[in-house]
This record gives sequence, C-alpha cells and structure tokens, in this order.
Amino acid sequence: MITLAALATLLPFLAAFAGMLLGPWTSRLLGAAPPAAQAFGTADGAGRSGAGGPEAGELSKTSAEDTETPGTAGTSPEPEKTSAEAPTMPLPVSGPEPAAPARYAAGDSALRGLPRNGPALIACLPMAVATVLALIVAVAVWRDPGVRTGTLTLIPTGTIDIALGLRVDGLAALVALMVCGVALAVQLYSVAYMAEDRRYSSYAAFISLFTAAMLLVVYSGDLLVLYVGWEVMGVCSYFLIGHHWQERANSRAAVKAFLITRLGDVGFLIGIFVLGVGAGTFSIGGVLERLPDLPQGTVTAATLLLLAGVAGKSAQFPLHTWLPDAMAGPTPVSALIHAATMVAAGIYVVARLYAAFAASAAALTVLGVLAVISMLGSALAALAQDDLKRVLAYSTISQLACMAAGLAVGAPAAAIFHLVAHGAFKALLFLAAGSVIFVTGSGLLRRHGGLRRAMPVTFWAMTIGYAALVGLPPVSGFFSKDAIVGAAWHAAAHGERPAHLPGGVAWLICLALLATVAVTAAYATRAWLMTFFGEPRAAFPAREAPPLMTWPVAALAVPAALLGFFGLGAPELRPHPLSALLSLLAAAAGAVAVYLVWNRDPAADPAGGLGPLRRVFERGFYLDEVYAALVVRPVRAAARAVLAVDRRGIDAAVVGVAGRSRRAGGLLRRTQTGDVQTYLTGLLAGVVVIAVGVVVLL
Amino acid sequence: MTAAEVVFALLGVVAVGSAVLVVTTRQLVHAALWLVVAFGALAGCYLVLTAEFVAWTQVLIYVGAVVVLLLFGIMLTRAPIGRVPRSGADDPLDSGNRWAALAVALATAAVLVTVLVMGFKDAYIDLEAGGGGAEPLGGSLFRTWVLPFEVLSVLLLAALVGAIVLSRTDIGARDEEDDGEGDG
Amino acid sequence: MHAAYPVVVAALLFSVGVYGVLARRNAILVLMSVELMLNAVNLNLVAFDVLWRDRLHGGQVMTLFTIVIAAAEIGLGLAIVLLVFRNRRMIEVDRLRTLTEQTAPAGEETPQEPRRPAAAAAREGDTA
Repeated sequence: MITLAALATLLPFLAAFAGMLLGPWTSRLLGAAPPAAQAFGTADGAGRSGAGGPEAGELSKTSAEDTETPGTAGTSPEPEKTSAEAPTMPLPVSGPEPAAPARYAAGDSALRGLPRNGPALIACLPMAVATVLALIVAVAVWRDPGVRTGTLTLIPTGTIDIALGLRVDGLAALVALMVCGVALAVQLYSVAYMAEDRRYSSYAAFISLFTAAMLLVVYSGDLLVLYVGWEVMGVCSYFLIGHHWQERANSRAAVKAFLITRLGDVGFLIGIFVLGVGAGTFSIGGVLERLPDLPQGTVTAATLLLLAGVAGKSAQFPLHTWLPDAMAGPTPVSALIHAATMVAAGIYVVARLYAAFAASAAALTVLGVLAVISMLGSALAALAQDDLKRVLAYSTISQLACMAAGLAVGAPAAAIFHLVAHGAFKALLFLAAGSVIFVTGSGLLRRHGGLRRAMPVTFWAMTIGYAALVGLPPVSGFFSKDAIVGAAWHAAAHGERPAHLPGGVAWLICLALLATVAVTAAYATRAWLMTFFGEPRAAFPAREAPPLMTWPVAALAVPAALLGFFGLGAPELRPHPLSALLSLLAAAAGAVAVYLVWNRDPAADPAGGLGPLRRVFERGFYLDEVYAALVVRPVRAAARAVLAVDRRGIDAAVVGVAGRSRRAGGLLRRTQTGDVQTYLTGLLAGVVVIAVGVVVLL
Repeated sequence: MTAAEVVFALLGVVAVGSAVLVVTTRQLVHAALWLVVAFGALAGCYLVLTAEFVAWTQVLIYVGAVVVLLLFGIMLTRAPIGRVPRSGADDPLDSGNRWAALAVALATAAVLVTVLVMGFKDAYIDLEAGGGGAEPLGGSLFRTWVLPFEVLSVLLLAALVGAIVLSRTDIGARDEEDDGEGDG
Repeated sequence: MHAAYPVVVAALLFSVGVYGVLARRNAILVLMSVELMLNAVNLNLVAFDVLWRDRLHGGQVMTLFTIVIAAAEIGLGLAIVLLVFRNRRMIEVDRLRTLTEQTAPAGEETPQEPRRPAAAAAREGDTA
C-alpha cells in the first residue's frame, strides 16, 4: 500500500524530468511534425498566428483594451492590478471564416496527434497510471480503514531526526485520488488548450512536478517532508503562473503569488519547528500521539504559525491577494493549482493536524475570523468582477474560507468533504471557462453571451458546476456545503463545538456562511446568465471547443454531480434539514435577485445594480492598494535606501579610495616644485635633524 | 687669550660679517665685493694659522679669478646694477624661501657649533712658523700627493673644454619634431 | 690657540653659505654662497692640519685642491648660467621648474611631461 502510494508520487516526478529533458526528442522519435511549422502561440495578445492578418490588428486592440480597462481607470499604475486577461489566450476573432485560425485546427487535431506528441505522452501516461494507483490505494483504505505508515529511511540531524516516510489513511487516500483525477483531466485538457504553445513541453513537465509535490504533501508522514512538497508546489506555481512570461504582467503576477505564499511559508516552517521540537519528532503520527503532553503555549504558538502558511497557500485574508492575479496563468493551471490542489493543501494540513488545532482556542478563533472575512469579502468581490476567471478565483477564496470555517467549528470531515467536492466542481468550472475563453476569444463577461446553443456540452457541464457551487440538490455541492453549514449551526445553536471555540465566533461563522451562500448564488447566477443566455455581446465563431477539451470537462461533471451521494454513509455528511432549508432559502434569494436585475436588461451586466459599491467590490476592497502603500512602498523605499547606501557609502568608499589616493598624491606632488632651492632646504633640514638625533642619542 | 687668538677672532668676525653681507645685500656688485673682503679675511686667517702658501693661493685664485668670473657673470646676465628694491614675490634677488632658509641655516649653525665645540674643547693648536711655507708644501704636493695633482689637471682640462662647449652659440638645440636620425 | 676659534668661524661661514644657497634667487648669488661654503671647508682643513701637525700636510694640500676644484666649478657653473640666461632671459633659480610635477585635475590619467620621452621611444621604435 505504501509502496503503491510512493509509486503514485514518484511517477509524476519522473515524468516531470523526463518531459523537461526529453520532450521534444520524444516527439521527433515518434515522427511528429517539427514544431516550427506551427504558428507562434499565445502569450502576447498581439495574436501573431499566421492566419489572422487584418484581424490581428483588431485583435491587439481588443486585447490591449482588455488589459487596460480593468486595470487602470484612475488608480496607481501598479501592474499587479491589471486583470492580466490578455495573456491567457491567443485570440482568434470573429468575422469572415478565414479567421477560423490555426488554433482551432491545432486544438481539433490535438487528439489525433496525441500518439505523436512526446511531451503530452510523457505527461499523461504516467499520470493515468498514478491515478489508477491512487484509486487502488483509496479502495484498499476504504475497505480496510486504518493508518498505514512506511518509512524509507531516517535522516539523522543531530537533534530530531527526519523520517522520509509516507502515511496513508482515509483522508490522505481520498484527497490523493482527487488530486490525481483532476491532474489527469488537466493534462489531457492542456494537450488541446496549449496545442500551439511552443513551450508546452516545459509546461507539461511542471504540471507533472507540481502533481508529484502535491501528492508528497498529501501522503507525507513527516512534517518536513510535507514542507518540501509544499515549497516545491510554490515554486511550480510560480513557473506555471508565469508561463507566458513575455507579458510583464504575468511574471509580476507569478512573483506576487510566490512572495505572498512564501511569506506565509516562513510562519509555516517556524510552526513546524515549534511543533516538532516540542513533540521531539517531526513525524505526523508521533506529533499527534504526543499532543496531549505538549504545553498549551507550544501548541497555540505552533498552530498560529501554521495558520500563517495556511493563509498564504489557501489564499485566506490577509494573504489572498495573489489568487485573482494568478489568473494570468493558462486556464488549466488555474484549474489544477488554484481550484483543486495547491490551495487545498492548507486546508488539508489543518485537517491532518486537526487534533493540534482543536486543542488551541486561539488558533480556532483566528481561523474562524479569517474565514469569515475571506468568505464574505471575496464573495462580494466576485459579484463585481468582469473577468470570468477572476470571478472563479474569488469564488475559490470564498469556498476555501467555507472549508476553513468548517474546520473552525469542529467538523473536519465536512471540510474535507467540501474540499473534494470543490476540487471536482471548481476544476470543472475552470476548464469549462477555458473552453468558453477559447471559443469567444476573451475572458471578459461582457464579451460572452448566448453560448447555450453553440456549446451544449460546456453549457451543461458548467451548469452542474455552478449548481454545485451554489449548493443546489442533488449535486455534490449541496451535500458538502450543507455539511458545513449544518456543523456551524449545531456549533452555534447547540454548542456542539470544540470546547475552545467561543460561542460568539461560532455564531459569527454560521451567519457569515448563510450570507455567503446568498452572495455565492448571486455571482454564480450572474456568470451563468451572462455567459450562456441572452444575445452574444461580441462576435465570435459559435462552435463547441475541441474534443480533447470537452471530454475532460464532461468527465469532471460526473463526480461534481454524484460525489455527494458517497458521503451519505457518514452521519455528519448527511444533510441536516434546518440548515439545508436555511441555505436553500438564502441561495434562492441571491439567485432570484440577480435574475430579476438581469431580466430587465439582458445585454447589460447585472452587477451594475450595485451602484457605487461595484467599484469597491471589483477592486477587492482596495486591499491591493493598501498593501502597496503599507508594504510595497516602504520595502521599495528601504531597498532604494540600501541601494543609496551601497552606491554612496560603499561604492563611494571604494571609488573614493581611488580619488583620495589621487588627492593625497596630489598633495605629495606639491613637494616636487621643480625649485632646487626648496629641495635643498628640505635636504639640509633633514640632515640637521639627523645630525642632532645622532648627537643626542649617541 | 693669546695674540693669535685675538687676531684670529677679529679676522673671523670680518669674514663672517662680510659673508652675511654677501647673502643679504640688495646690490649684486656689492655682494661680489663683500665676497672679496670675506676671501681676504680668510686669507688672513690662514696666515695666522701659519699656512702661508694656502693664504696666497687663496688670494690669487679666489680673489683674482673667481670673483672676476663672478663679476663677468653679473655683467653678462644683465644683472640689475645698483640697489634693487624689494618687490615681494618676484624679487630678483631673494626667493620666498628666505625664512625656511634662515631656519635651516640657524639650525645648521647651532648644531655645528655645538657639536664642534663640544668635540674639540680640549684641543689646542700649536702654532709654529714655517709649517705652511712653499717649500714643505710643494715638496709634499709633488711627492705624496702627485697623483691627485695630475688628476686635478685633467679635471681642469675637462672643465675648460666643457665651458667652451657649453658657451658655443653655433650649436643649436636638437630638432625634436623631425625623424630622429640623430646628428653628430 | 684654542681649536674652537677656526672651527667656529668655519661653522658660521658654512651656515651663512647655506642661507645664501637656499635663500638667494639670482644664480650668481647662489654660486657666491657655494664659494663661501667651500671656503669654510678650507678653513677647517687648514686648522686641523695645523692642529695635528700633519707631516704630509694633507689638510693644506687638500685645501689647494679644493681651491682648484672650486675654480673649475665656478667656470662651468657660470657657463651654465649664461646658457640659461640665453634661453630664458633670466637666471632666477626658482623659476627653473621644468622638473616640477604637474598637479593635474582629478580624472586626468597621466601628467603632460612624459610626452617627450614617449615620442622619443616611438622614434626609437621606428628606427629599430
């Protein structure tokens, strides 16, 4: 079992390196056409695909507009603010058929060309095998529940040894299965989505590496091994978000993501150290065993520090600002990293070490408060976003906050259930959004519309996804979200909560969850209506996405719909009538409100009904600006100060040595007057002095 | 104090005094003439010290030749005749180095006088007439010191030739800009 | 006679000569001061010759030699002074400053002087 789990982790890792090193060679080996024949892809919205002659000009204008509008409009020119939409897609544009560009041809032929596509094979085949292995592990654990651990070797460090080992239990097996499934779907989807991308091979390799790292986090039996996987995920997400690094905004978004998560990771690492040193071991099993013996202070400190990392990786307030900007990466990347896996890692860690968190009132309170702020704030922000992917990004933050809230009120099972369900339906939503963007050529909601008939598969899949997001029965989201709301309600009203959580916080969480459900329904309805109903707001070819893209989307719709029923076996995962009713009412309220506003003018954006608040929500409550003023500007000023000290202090000292030497030389040069009399004067004076010295001393 | 010492002291005062005047006077020609007085006083000193031959050689060569040469030099370099008033930084006679020079000179004097007096405070010269006459000196010169004497004549020849070469006006400066073939 | 008399006189004469060499601007006056110094030396030589009653009369012979050399020297010295006067129309020793180091402004690499030797080196290279 452990071996299978280890193999499942190892396969994508090897695939990553193989893909990086051997990708194009494998393609040539298999007889693929040389990639130079394809048009240059993607990133610069200036659509340089050979087919798009006159359209290219209009194209660049469109994309330039798209980049400009959400971003600038009066605020400071920090490029982190731009919605970085343009880089996601090379943009075929409407008009006469000849513009049906090389992109479609490439996407459609991606499936046919798969056997010859070296990097794709190296990425997808090991991923498929790993998925099968994860499935076997999950089934084995399901039938024979219990914790299995296995250690490869012990690394002696002098004080506390690090055990290189895995720990497989129900939680790990389930999450690992979800990760593998989503990763496989994403890999297959990417073959078509990135068909024209020159750097597809490194992209696929990074996705494999990322998957391996996430599996390491999930299966890890030792806190430091977990941290290794954690960090590798951070690095891979940096590379993947910045895949189209030709656009400056993308690399800045990648750096922003990396730095903010890194900030959290510092706290995370220190928390690991505190916990490990306190417990005398880094292995997760050992820590959980010795937890009752640890002093309260240690536990509180450790868990609060771990929360820093959780907040960073799982994009909770205040370290959430990277997630909307991370949408600059290709859509499959968003689906994998920012919906299903990396952001879920934080929640997963809290669930893994839940006993520690439950023992600390401060940790639970902080987690609860952060969750409340995140879920409501990001839901409101999602309501006003213009870019479909940003809506989904804020939605992710909000749903993760719901999971965090579930953890705070003492329902880790509910939170993990929602995690898995969310992984499925959010990945589904992102991939489907990618299809929509592929077809319409733009990610902005105001350019979509009326796609219901043109893209049926995508339409139905996305409907299921939105339904899961809102929590409508009978799809999975209903069960999972209700599990959390039910737990919150019970915690608040009936006091069934961890002893350390204050009642007030539980009530706050409960009310916030209900409010969030309403707002979630509102923005989901808005996106759904604007994308699929009404008249097309811009001109684009009306057709379904290529098959290699629609099949994974359809495949993900299945678990999104049916996962809920798997949870019926556990009592806490069954729907509770009162909380279910309350949340359905809230959802209905939100959805109906938006529908009414939309119905008045289907061509307009329902968010216009927000009035002046729309701007505030859209800018994420101006949090980016606040951070820029509080953090970025002082750090930059400090950097400039250091630079000035270096240039004027240290460099000047070095250069000044030269200058001063020259000046000293100049001073000495004055003795060389050329006047013999002065020379002689000096000479004789010296002789006299020496003579005196000799006489006096000898 | 013996008579010799008195005379010597007087002559010494004259010599030093006229030397001081040589280096401080504002008239060039007077400097040369005070130099004559100094040389003459020194010749007297030599006489007191019973070195007659040297005394007369001193008068002959120094007063007779050297001072004349100096006067020729003064004439040929169009030196200002008569009293030259002080004119600050570009004074033709005294450089700005005066005060440093004064300090150095005073220091030198102090050191030398002190050291020498301390060193020779018990030495007494026994003056016997005749030790410095032409005969003993000539004998010594042409027996013991004949080699340096001959070398000295070669030196004089060299000085003569050098002075002539230096003052030839028909040999110009070497031409710098053209190719350096070098001339004879 | 006490040996101090000639010795002190010589020392004072020498010092006066030093002052003259260092303080006077006219080259001829410098030469005169040099003569004073030489005379001081001569006086010393004679005094010590008599003090020690040298049978070889080394001191006095040396004085003769010094006188001769002084004469030769002043001949050549005046020749040089005349040359200088011919070229520069003046014989103020402290204005003969071609050996001075140029105080170049900061940033200049080399002073102006080596141009001539460099040109000379170039020429030698050409002909070599």
